[in-house]
Amino acid sequence: MAQSTAETLKTTPLVERHIAAGGRMVPFGGYNLPVQYPTGIMTEHKWTRDYAGLFDVSHMGPSFLVLNNPSGDAEADHAAIAAIIEPLICGDIAGLKPGQIRYTLLLNETGGALDDLMVGRSPLFGGALYIVVNAGTKDGDFARIAAAAGDKAKLTRADGDNALLALQGPEAVNVMAHIAPGAVDLGFMQYAPFEWGGEKLIIARSGYTGEDGFEILVSAGNATKLWDALLADDRVKPIGLGARDSLRLEAGLPLYGHDLNETISPIEAGLGFAVSKRRREAADFPGANRILAEREGGLSRVRVGLIVEGAPAREGAEILDASGAAIGVVTSGGFAPSLGKAIALGFVPPSHAANGTPLQVSVRGRSQSAQVVETPFVPHRYFRKPKAS
Amino acid sequence: MTTKFTPDHEYIRVEGATGIVGITPYAQDALGDIVFVELPSVGKVLKKGDEAAVVESVKAASEIYAPVSGTVTEVNDALTGNPGLINSDPENEGWIYKIAIADAGEIDSLLDDAAYAELTQ
Repeated sequence: MAQSTAETLKTTPLVERHIAAGGRMVPFGGYNLPVQYPTGIMTEHKWTRDYAGLFDVSHMGPSFLVLNNPSGDAEADHAAIAAIIEPLICGDIAGLKPGQIRYTLLLNETGGALDDLMVGRSPLFGGALYIVVNAGTKDGDFARIAAAAGDKAKLTRADGDNALLALQGPEAVNVMAHIAPGAVDLGFMQYAPFEWGGEKLIIARSGYTGEDGFEILVSAGNATKLWDALLADDRVKPIGLGARDSLRLEAGLPLYGHDLNETISPIEAGLGFAVSKRRREAADFPGANRILAEREGGLSRVRVGLIVEGAPAREGAEILDASGAAIGVVTSGGFAPSLGKAIALGFVPPSHAANGTPLQVSVRGRSQSAQVVETPFVPHRYFRKPKAS
Repeated sequence: MTTKFTPDHEYIRVEGATGIVGITPYAQDALGDIVFVELPSVGKVLKKGDEAAVVESVKAASEIYAPVSGTVTEVNDALTGNPGLINSDPENEGWIYKIAIADAGEIDSLLDDAAYAELTQ
């Protein structure tokens, strides 16, 4: 039975590398991907926090949205492409500088999140955006964006023909210096094309671990060559999906389909920063009525971080108040290797969301102590350039 | 002294009327790093197949079932502070609990070395 499932799974250009490295392959987002390599999740997690981890994230959905008939005036063309995507999302895309990336949310008409995604403004051309969406939602997202583009712009999927690699950790920048030296000058949430041995790489300074690092788009034909070149550096080890999840959980970053879904708004999810000021003032995004009211305090639930005593509280575990009344649910939970204790993300009423609030979680029918804490659980260490004067 | 196995990858090492229960090296490898163990209470009466303990890896929780019926006589408290003993030494220091075997006949129905080896090939 497992075999017939495997046949329907898609593979990434790096599948043979994962198998050769002893990766334990599992289905994820329709792809056959390694959940861990032989050293295990704990070791992989800590390696990434201490050195540099290399992740195959080719299951995700990179794409380019490009104006069909650019005027040649870069600013006017950027405004035109921003006007196509902005009605779908809550981020200020018009205000992006060339090469700048913004984390934003694709929303439905009631302000629920259809996906969370990255939108970058081309550093080279007016009227071109680099958009990266989640694996599980990419077909729907791309259909929605293409429909919005109509005949004004063309959406080109860059999944399938390419691999997407993430190099994450404090040593990532020193490793990258040997691959694409120019990329070390990128600030957090900036991207640009670079050349590597005659091959074009699109490198973004971004990631999903809370660490400094890079996400690299490379053609499928050169993916293994780049994978091998990065792993040739002693500071780099391959990291599976298990540690990717524990790293992002410690970093307090939501996982779509778990901590975010089509009923959850950006404000409920603690992602108010992703609702850009200009968009708020114009109230011109899907679900603006709800989202703006929630921002003013009209909230029934909000995402919190929890430190859990004892056994990890997994997704679906009930959250109880100190008296034992059910008030919410865990949406992601597990063991935090960097902290040596169990942590969780979940939703509770705002009355129980203040840091330090004592709560309980129900694990296998037993109540365990938990406490609301600030997220990220482990501080982010992104590379922020000093502001230019 | 005999060691028998369940198809769910528990082992039971029989020493007289007592069985020492844990998970096999194969099982610990499949689960990965164990980060938490929920032990049964001493005195708990278990029927063969009852959930006796839970081991949690970074990713998931897995139930450990009673290979035979009996009463829990001792638990491995060292696992509370050091659940990784199940990974590093599952058959010795990583034992989970001891059980007073109620029905020695149930032991015979479990897998022997050869049968378990075949199962995990």
